[in-house]
Formats: sequence, structure tokens, C-alpha cells
Amino acid sequence: MVDPKRPDNGDSGKSPNDEADLSTRLERLDSRLGEISEGRAGAQKDRARAASNTSGLGQAFRLSAEFISGVIAGGLLGWLIDRLLGTSPWGLLVCMLLGFGAGMLNMLRASGELKRDASSASSPGDATKPGRGPNDK
Amino acid sequence: MASPLDQFIIKPIATFGQIGDSPIALTNSGLHMIGIVGFIVGAMLMSTRQAALVPDRWQAVAETLYEFVANMLRDATGKDGMRFFPLVFSLFLFVLVANLLGMVPGAFTVTSHIIVTFALAALVIGTVVIYGFVKHGFRFLGLFVPSGVPVWLLPFITVIEIISFLSRPISLSLRLFANMLAGHIALKVFAGFIVSLLAAAGAASILAPLPLLMTIAMVAFEIFVAGLQAYVFTVLTCIYLNDALHPGH
Repeated sequence: MVDPKRPDNGDSGKSPNDEADLSTRLERLDSRLGEISEGRAGAQKDRARAASNTSGLGQAFRLSAEFISGVIAGGLLGWLIDRLLGTSPWGLLVCMLLGFGAGMLNMLRASGELKRDASSASSPGDATKPGRGPNDK
Repeated sequence: MASPLDQFIIKPIATFGQIGDSPIALTNSGLHMIGIVGFIVGAMLMSTRQAALVPDRWQAVAETLYEFVANMLRDATGKDGMRFFPLVFSLFLFVLVANLLGMVPGAFTVTSHIIVTFALAALVIGTVVIYGFVKHGFRFLGLFVPSGVPVWLLPFITVIEIISFLSRPISLSLRLFANMLAGHIALKVFAGFIVSLLAAAGAASILAPLPLLMTIAMVAFEIFVAGLQAYVFTVLTCIYLNDALHPGH
């Protein structure tokens, strides 16, 4: 009863104006906060990638592990299929080849050259080219 | 001079019995793991016992670690990923302390055995698969079907994506294991050169300080690698957990 009257007593015409002003200011602040935190997250991600790429040795270990694990996973899968279905050499052969493909995919993902594979429909050749420039220097 | 591989031998300390042919024993590896967990729990309890608004040194360390892991997880998975924080924080601390403890002379390096790192990786991937299916049902399988691929290529790409997913626990465990194993072998080999050169006596022993310098440099590098690998393991864990939370993208 008392509270709603109080602003009226001070300035009768200003209160709706004030509220609209406040809400626009809040919105502006919100969007700016969003921008800033997004930028910070992006910067942190870049820093994280830079940190994990610091030493050439570390990167070599990382990429080779990615590739080898792809081949091993393919080989294991093929071996299991062969054992279960009795399709002696074929499962191992085909899955091992697919495993090489998976290893290459792992490696390209790990080195960050295939970042926008999901969003863009471009061919792998196109996707790797723009990433290669900064990585080569 | 002892073989550089001697440091990885698992020795039973106390045997309690047998299941079939395999003995149930407390090994040096198990003892170190118990020590690692005890150290982490003890340090965390000690640093949070007298929690204050203005932290003392121990509390500051614990808070820095918390902030570090929490930021990593939040960046990779967004806010709803924080429910995995206990898992990620425990994994990070376990791997970090295990790697650093391995640098203490005479201590056993738990993470230089692939069965240990693979168990940790399997825990992560198991969490991803189970949580993904519980949360998203069969939409979780959409992870294996990338968008924007020509129809005739889709079966191939899907199979390759599945193999790529299966290779994740292998690469996660292989990387940590290979780094620790290779680093410790190289360290032992260079340290062995010092002894060999001194034992050779004569003119060759003048060269003995050279491998010593190399060993000192490598100890510093290995401590760096120990921290880096714990960090990489945790970052990849966060990235994989993100797939379980948001399989769509």
C-alpha cells in the first residue's frame, strides 16, 4: 500500500520511463557481458591449444598416438568381426584400412585442421587448406 | 649397470591368496596408488579444514587447482558440464600426482603402465557412452553421422567415425603411457652413461659430467611433461564429455 505510492510522490511521470530505460540498459549490459565472456572463452581455448602444442616433441607424441590408436582400433574391430562371423581375412583387412582412415581423421582433428568439418559441406581438401597456412610458419 | 627397464617391474609386496593362477597381492604399483590417493585426500582435507575468506597458502593452492580445472571444464562443456566436475577433478589430481611422484628418485611411476592409463581412459569413455545414452537415447548415435556429407560417402564416413570413436580410449591412454615410459627410459639411459663413463676410468671419465648435465636438463623437462600430460589428459576428457552432453553439433 505504501510502497507503490512512494515513487508517485516524487515524480509521477518518470517511473515508466525509468523502467524502460533500466530494461534497455540491462539488455545492453547483458549482451556486452555475453560478448566479453565469449571473447574470454575463445582466448582461453586458444591459449589451451597453444599450451598443448608448446613442444614439438609433445605434438609429435600426440599426433602419432592419434594415428596409431586409429589403426589399432580398426584392427581390433576387424579381428573381433572375423572371430565372431568367421569371415577370416576380410574383416581384418577392410577394418584395418578403415582404421587407417580413422587414424588420419583423428590426426587432422587433433592438429585442428578439420575444425569446421561438421558445419561446412566443403571437401576435405578445401577444409585443410586454410588451416595449413598458419601452421606452416 | 641395471637395465633401464628394471624400474617398471611390478613386484608383489604382500600376497593374500590366489584366484586360479593369478595371485592377489599388494604390489609396489598398488602401494604407490594408495599413497597417491592418500596424499591427495590428505592435502585437500588439510587445505580446506580451516577454510577462511582470506585463504592461507594451502587453501590458496587448493583453490587455484579448483579454479583451473573448473575453467577448463566450463570452457569445453558449458555450464551443465559442471556435474562432471568431481570426476574430472579427481582424474586430473590422480594423474598429476602420479606423474610427479614418478619423478621422485626410487619411486614407481604408476602411469607408465598402459593398464593403469587404459583403466582411467575406459572410465572416461564409459561415462561418456552411458551418460550419452541415458540423456539423449538413440540421438546420441547422431554423433557418428556428420552432416553435409554426400549420400554415397555416408556409410564409409559413419564406419570411420565409429572406429575413430573406438580409438579414443586407446589414444587417450597411449599418449600418457608412452610419454611417461619414454621419458623415464631416456632419463635412466642418460644417467647410466655417467656410471659407465666413470667405471671406464682413464681418459673417458673426464666426459662424465656431460651426461650429468643432460640428465639434469631432462629431469626439468620430465617434470614439465608430467604436468603437461596431466593437463592434456584432462582437456581431452572434457572434450569427450562435451560429446556426451551435446552430441548434435
